[in-house]
Amino acid sequence: MQNLSVIIAILGLSAMSYWLGRRRSIAVVGGLRSAAQLHSLPGYYGVLTGLWCAVPALLLLAVWHVVGQHHILDVVMSHLSGDYLTASAGQRRLLMDEVLRLAHGGAALGDVRPDVRAAAQEWIRLDALSRTAGGLVALSVSLIGASVAWSRISPTLRARNGVEWVVKLALVLCSLIAILTTVGIILSVLYEALRFFHLVPIFKFLLGTSWSPQLATRADQVGSSGAFGAVPLFAGTALIALIAMLVAVPIGLLSAIYLSEYADRRVRTVAKPLLELLAGIPTVVYGFFAVLTVGPLLRGVGQALGVAVSAESALAAGLVMGIMIVPFVSSLADDMLTAVPLGLRNGAYALGATKSETIRRVVLPAALPGIVGGVLLAVSRAIGETMIVVMAAGLTAKLTANPLEAVTTVTVQIVSLLVGDSEFDSPKTLSAFALGLVLFFATLVLNIIALRIVRRYSEQYK
Amino acid sequence: MASDTRDVVVDAAKFAVPRATVSAAGDQSAPGAAIDTQTIGQVTVQDPVMTARQVSVHYGAKKAIADVNIDIGRNSVIAFIGPSGCGKSTFLRCLNRMNDTIAAARVSGTITLDGKDIYDRSEDVVQLRARVGMVFQHPNPFPKSIFENIAYGPRIHGLAPTRADLDEIVQTSLRKAGLWDEVKDRLDQPGTGLSGGQQQRLCIARAIAVDPEVILMDEPCSALDPVATARVEDLIDELRQNYAIVIVTHNMQQAARVSQRTAYFHLGNVIEVGSTNQMFTNPRHKLTEDYITGRFG
Repeated sequence: MQNLSVIIAILGLSAMSYWLGRRRSIAVVGGLRSAAQLHSLPGYYGVLTGLWCAVPALLLLAVWHVVGQHHILDVVMSHLSGDYLTASAGQRRLLMDEVLRLAHGGAALGDVRPDVRAAAQEWIRLDALSRTAGGLVALSVSLIGASVAWSRISPTLRARNGVEWVVKLALVLCSLIAILTTVGIILSVLYEALRFFHLVPIFKFLLGTSWSPQLATRADQVGSSGAFGAVPLFAGTALIALIAMLVAVPIGLLSAIYLSEYADRRVRTVAKPLLELLAGIPTVVYGFFAVLTVGPLLRGVGQALGVAVSAESALAAGLVMGIMIVPFVSSLADDMLTAVPLGLRNGAYALGATKSETIRRVVLPAALPGIVGGVLLAVSRAIGETMIVVMAAGLTAKLTANPLEAVTTVTVQIVSLLVGDSEFDSPKTLSAFALGLVLFFATLVLNIIALRIVRRYSEQYK
Repeated sequence: MASDTRDVVVDAAKFAVPRATVSAAGDQSAPGAAIDTQTIGQVTVQDPVMTARQVSVHYGAKKAIADVNIDIGRNSVIAFIGPSGCGKSTFLRCLNRMNDTIAAARVSGTITLDGKDIYDRSEDVVQLRARVGMVFQHPNPFPKSIFENIAYGPRIHGLAPTRADLDEIVQTSLRKAGLWDEVKDRLDQPGTGLSGGQQQRLCIARAIAVDPEVILMDEPCSALDPVATARVEDLIDELRQNYAIVIVTHNMQQAARVSQRTAYFHLGNVIEVGSTNQMFTNPRHKLTEDYITGRFG
């Protein structure tokens, strides 16, 4: 009996128990007219019965499967000839994989020992047995659960409370999944980063000014000593983020002021979605734009002015990234400006302030904390942005403040370190995790500060 | 809607029947259920600071007030009373052209300040609002320091060339608003940190700081507790020495306490204007009497 068919059968039974439970709850009070005598609405009795039918049975099935598989393998392996018990952990693992592959119908690799073949056949037999038994047990649990719940239905049974408890539990589980995933990602990055810091001291990584992660693959190879000083990467990231913000903050803020204060309704209904359309453009497309349009354009302008601009420059990447971030800044700033209470504007107007005085001296200062929060969120996005810089900023880890040269960023290096075949015990690969960790902390801190500022602002006017 | 009288009468009657008693509408007016929208009482005063003649306001197609005639006297308080939605705040906002900020509002008629039409093309709304200050229903201090709240108006109007002048204006304004002793040691603290009553007096001080001729107050005490209300009312009485004050209020005791003249608004019309004393002891219009004695509103 396959697990899937058992699950479908249980779900079918559960649906049936819903119907039976609902009907019985109406029957015990003598018809739909007197349903008000029930503690809960009839549907709740149905759902409760259905839950009792499905949940314990499905849980049991899952546990049975996991424990069963483990146990079967143990039993089968213990039948192997004596050398298994004395073998090393690695060899045991290999034998186990061999048995399982044979059992699942995989092709034998070379000669197969007869005892291994026998073990695989034994595994198949036991597995089928376990599945059948598990299925039968689960189905009976499901029937028992349903009938117990069905027989307990009475006008005083608090069905709604039970159902709501289960719903609450489900909600908690869902939020736990999101939180645990985050925690899991942090831990895995942290673990690999710590492995890296065993190989390369953390201070050399954080304070070193030379980045060259190429390692010698042969002892006599020249020039690939491997240097993991991440300062050039941090500087490149900061440079590009700074250029991006220099573009995004003025354009975003001023367009938000126009949209929220000056534009009439018709302009606003057209212009705002158009501006927000920028946020919907895939970053790869921005990358094309940077490489094929902005980069050559800057180069041409540079030649005309007699300034050397490299083909991949921090300026091109930063400019395009700034354009990409404009909608974030403008949308948030627009919300903050609109949230400034009408009373404040009226107060300023009533004192004889002009529109621009009101905006500059009252509305903007009142919205400033929120706007700063929005800008910080945009900065953390600029730091984490990958695609544009991969395409437009280059790979040269150069420590420079000149935006016309090619620089590289943390995200670009992570991509280039992990692309292609790589072994997971060399510092080259592991350094990507250390970079990821630094990036994660930087954006985390920025987000926390930004959210605090935004929250403090929203408390100010209730 | 056309602006002729018949429409107004129909409109008024339509709204009046469920709220006012039938007799309230019937006693005073000509046969039929219509209310007499002609203002009775003393509309004019000697040497008014502001006058309103035939002022009507439309919000889009809806007529909010119709043909209001009223004078605002110098160095006195006039109270506008009436049930909700009767147009008293709308009219108040005409007096310093705050209705300009509402796109749908359309004002007709004539309003003068010291004899000059404030809706005239040559009149600058910024200058007007410096001369006709306003205090709102909810205290709305700017999220700046107490000092900056007061200094804002004088700064934008260039009233204080030097820092010493500004300090002087801030201090006098706060003194006049009776707030100086409470805040003199914390002028750099945010104005939003004051209590509700203090915030409202701060807003009054802010209005005084630009040295207006008229101060408009739109239910200035409705968000305050009784103690704070009493302080603001005392303040209004003191301010009368220097300013003309127009106050909109739902609180009839307040109108009786602080004002010298009272105007009763009903469904967009001024029904009766007179001295506060006469209005509260001997109202001439049945609607005024019904409202003042609490039969509706």
